[in-house]
Amino acid sequence: MRGGFSTLLYKEVLRFWKVAAQTVAAPVLTALLYLLIFSHVLEGHVKIHGVAYTAFLIPGLVIMSVLQNAFANSSSSLIQSKVTGNIVFVLLPPISYLEFFAAYVLAAVVRGCVVGGGVLLATLWFAPVSFAEPWWILIFAVLGGAILGSLGVIAGIWAEKFDQLAAFQNFLIMPLTFLSGVFYSVHSLPPFWQQLSHWNPIFYMIDGFRHGFFGVSDASPWLSLAVVGSCFAILTVFTLNLLKSGYKLRA
Amino acid sequence: MSSAIRIEQVSKRFGSVQALDGVELEIAQGEFFGLLGPNGAGKTTLISALAGLVRPDSGRLRVMGKDVQADYRAARRQLGVVPQELVFDPFFSVRESLQIQSGYFGIADNEAWIDEILENLGLTSKADANMRMLSGGMKRRVLVAQALVHRPPVIVLDEPTAGVDVELRQTLWAFIRRLNQAGHTIVLTTHYLEEAEMLCNRIAMLKAGRIVALDTTGNLLRRFSTHSLRLRTDRKMPAELLAGGTESGGWWSLPFDTFDQVEGLLARVRTAGCGISDLEIGKPDLEEVFVRVMQGQQAGQG
Ligand SMILES: Nc1ncnc2c1ncn2[C@@H]1O[C@H](COP(=O)(O)OP(=O)(O)OP(=O)(O)O)[C@@H](O)[C@H]1O
Ligand SMILES: [Mg+2]
Repeated sequence: MRGGFSTLLYKEVLRFWKVAAQTVAAPVLTALLYLLIFSHVLEGHVKIHGVAYTAFLIPGLVIMSVLQNAFANSSSSLIQSKVTGNIVFVLLPPISYLEFFAAYVLAAVVRGCVVGGGVLLATLWFAPVSFAEPWWILIFAVLGGAILGSLGVIAGIWAEKFDQLAAFQNFLIMPLTFLSGVFYSVHSLPPFWQQLSHWNPIFYMIDGFRHGFFGVSDASPWLSLAVVGSCFAILTVFTLNLLKSGYKLRA
Repeated sequence: MSSAIRIEQVSKRFGSVQALDGVELEIAQGEFFGLLGPNGAGKTTLISALAGLVRPDSGRLRVMGKDVQADYRAARRQLGVVPQELVFDPFFSVRESLQIQSGYFGIADNEAWIDEILENLGLTSKADANMRMLSGGMKRRVLVAQALVHRPPVIVLDEPTAGVDVELRQTLWAFIRRLNQAGHTIVLTTHYLEEAEMLCNRIAMLKAGRIVALDTTGNLLRRFSTHSLRLRTDRKMPAELLAGGTESGGWWSLPFDTFDQVEGLLARVRTAGCGISDLEIGKPDLEEVFVRVMQGQQAGQG
């Protein structure tokens, strides 16, 4: 371990890995349950983009797991450290704002990808899934995880209590992920909801990610990349400024 | 040679509380410095400002010549802080905590020094225990160890002996004294005044965010406290003898400046016809100084 960034990254990864039953196995199981129930009900009735429903659903569940776990990782780590007071251990050393941000976000991406990989492995048995353009899979998993990881950093810094964090998660993150085409193609929605979905950045993460599997999607993957990339750039600038200002971390 | 710590006109307000009010303080390298004051005086706030945990409304702070805001990375390398609150990371063992803390300071392989710290703080047998399993005093020891991983030239301990047993106090002070002798600057806050009196060469007293006394320990003791002849007598002593003296719990306390005066005092007690049933010599003590300073007798620099 050398330097603030690599040590903080290592510590953040070790932190979730030590309790992998809760942080990795549990979300994989949840995703598997979604798959079993939805595919049981809808398989054979629905085909999307010419793909059988279960196969269509798998990438959605994978990226949803990536996003939710990336958010959970940075936000829960920060709020725990703040509530217990051990946040001073990272505030006293000479760790720069950029190192701090990069370590928390990258650890969130790692957690997201480990869970996402687990969901993929566990669900692959249920339907044939192709990997048409795999680089899109990687790009959207990493960028999506990074965006939700940054949001987790912001929420973790802002929230003073666990229930405030839960509110952030239940009223913002969950609706945005569920209303973004995890379980359906937005083209099957009425026009109003279709329009609304196009304002939800998470829709582009999921759509672009799915494109990597099937080579077809609701929006062009390049458009999705532009939207997701800009979101990440904006969040990076915002979060770095938040950290630099010392907001709620340095009185 | 730059000062170990230089604090210039630092003020900090929390809502309606003026936690620090124009604090001016310079601590030379190699000092063993005591920062005393009642609860809420601003000691922790001052230390936090030094560590960059609190940003002052005005003023400047430097550690070993490095500005804690403008040059925060260099300043933090110079400083080891033992926080007042008993905090720990429940995910890790003692050794892991120390390795991680070393890594934050950019130190790759710190095992030899970690072992030495563990040994000196009586933690060797707990090295692989999870932090959750340790008793409060043991957690406090780990906090001290964490502050030392990067061998900081300036070490600040915020009430390190609160809730700690006699054994650790002694081993802790022996270790900190050795570090001080090896050239580390030590700053200590404590509510155990005999501890400060024994260890610190210079003391600042803080009250409501202001420094109300700042001097060497010896000077403070001399200025605010004297030797006194303490006696218990079988009858009330004459008023003229008691001028300047005080009584509490049946003990009369007659102050004096030099030991030659003791004989004269005793002779006067005898001529007054009082029998002495008990007698002792009271020494100047920091507690008395503290009480007097806090009651408002200001002491300037000397
Ligand atoms: N983060 C904060 N927010 C609001 N008020 C604060 C904060 N930190 C300290 N204070 C207030 O500032 C004043 C100084 O507090 P500080 O903790 O520095 O005192 P102290 O001298 O360390 O006391 P103690 O001996 O009890 O540790 C107190 O009135 C305290 O309530
Ligand atoms: Mg304090």
